[in-house]
Amino acid sequence: MALKVLVVVEAREGESLKKSSREALGLARRLAGEGEVIAVLAAARAGEVPGRLAAFGADRVLVAENARFANYSPGGFAAAAAAAAKAANPALILVGGTALGKDLTPRISARLGVPAATDIIGVELEGDKIFALRPAFGGKVQMKVSFKAAPPVLCLRSNVFDSLPENSGRSAKVESLALSLEEKDLALKITGAEKISGERPDVAESNIVVSGGRGMRDAASFKLLEQLAGALGAGIGASRAAVDSGWRPHGDQVGQTGKFVSPTLYVACGISGAVQHLAGMISSKVIVAINKDPDAPIFKVANYGLVGDVFEVVPAIVEELKKHS
Amino acid sequence: MNIYVCVKQVPDTEARIQIAEDGKSIETGEINFILNPFDEFAVEEALRTQEKLGGEVTVVSLGNENAAAAIRTAMAMGADKGLLLRTAEPADDPLLVARALAREIGGSGVDVVFFGKQAVGNEHGQVGILVAELLGIPGISEVSGLELSAESAKGKREIEGGSEFFECPLPAMFTTQKGLNEPRYPSLKGRMAAKKKPLEEKAVTLGESQLVVEKLNYPPQRERGRVIGQGAAAAGELVRLLREEAKVI
Repeated sequence: MALKVLVVVEAREGESLKKSSREALGLARRLAGEGEVIAVLAAARAGEVPGRLAAFGADRVLVAENARFANYSPGGFAAAAAAAAKAANPALILVGGTALGKDLTPRISARLGVPAATDIIGVELEGDKIFALRPAFGGKVQMKVSFKAAPPVLCLRSNVFDSLPENSGRSAKVESLALSLEEKDLALKITGAEKISGERPDVAESNIVVSGGRGMRDAASFKLLEQLAGALGAGIGASRAAVDSGWRPHGDQVGQTGKFVSPTLYVACGISGAVQHLAGMISSKVIVAINKDPDAPIFKVANYGLVGDVFEVVPAIVEELKKHS
Repeated sequence: MNIYVCVKQVPDTEARIQIAEDGKSIETGEINFILNPFDEFAVEEALRTQEKLGGEVTVVSLGNENAAAAIRTAMAMGADKGLLLRTAEPADDPLLVARALAREIGGSGVDVVFFGKQAVGNEHGQVGILVAELLGIPGISEVSGLELSAESAKGKREIEGGSEFFECPLPAMFTTQKGLNEPRYPSLKGRMAAKKKPLEEKAVTLGESQLVVEKLNYPPQRERGRVIGQGAAAAGELVRLLREEAKVI
């Protein structure tokens, strides 16, 4: 089995290689078999990134450096990915499911005239045919898709695929990718960014998510969840009720009209478990529920349910975690 | 301003989804369909743009006769006219849907196009950006703040843990999401008026899907939930189980 796989990676200036990119490289390496894993990087300066890409599974790195790429450039990054696909002629293109990856996926699809599928949670090969699995209808069903044109573009859900252990002994051939950017590629400019969530990892990318719902009663009570998240190294999520009450920013909402997350551990605090919320977190590996209503539907899906008042239980858990650390 | 907003009729998020006999589609008989929740933000933003800058709001949907209901809802909210791109073919492939929409919108002298960021249901989240790419105009996804003038736009889009700011000339396409605005409810008067608004129908052909739905399955069942204790006294046991049994912390 030898498959050539192109991975569109994300590493912003001064930041490390994104976790979702490492996961995409890991999947690419496993699917490629004897074949080649090619990474394409669009950046103002590639710096150390190609070496890191090699350490996580890339055999070859195509670098498009451009001073305009200090921020995300949707047209520029799409042009780089399309040029890499034309240069490398892969059988498959993988993209990490970050905000950037989700934005870039359809652009690559349109430019290459190939099909794309998003939120992928499984990929299988049967001979040279590629099948991908993705949740649909709020996770109530899973859709298995195949493709009639190559290379298909698959945008992966974060936290689903394992990355390879870092191997700094691996090396990759690094080549520069010549781009001729058109005016229409640069008409849309990203001029800067602001952080809201501070030090906490983003809810969609975190291995552990601590999430609060109506039972938290007010915005100030989320301090309690910040403490628990701090002790666990977790990101913070929220139910629609908590977001609609103005207790948390919209970006934190987990559920059918928010984000779909698949962390290793999801701790639902004061969340009843409406079907729309379950849609967003049901694929978490382990679910913990803390709720004072023993009949709350969240207990039906929780591996570990704890019936009690979040205002008593959460501080007790934080104490326990401190004891052993 | 020539404003377009593209919408989709989708199963209610409460709906119980059952896989149809063909194994590739869902039973639609008993499902209540609604205007895609993310499209409500798109319609609202289109109406606010019209209120600020003038012009006309055209609602477009692609699908069978059911799609007309989504258009009527958007017209009840205040959109001026509707266009149903009618097809009996399954609209499974986002690129084919985008090509049909782009063919229609491209020739219209459009200034601004709005989409919801994704449709609940297939959840592809691709069609808006695909249309922008096919039209060769700026396309910005997951917009959570927008300031439009007659010639240009600036605003912000959501990224991990924050937002990034953008600027672009018009025409442009935006996909909308929660946080951008509070969608208005269609009033009774609006609903009555919508019945009299023009809704044009055009037959479109999508062609052969390059994205093939092979099979739908129900997700693996989770183990039945287990309650491990009551109140703060159970915190120690929970932490022990997470460490020793689940090995997740």
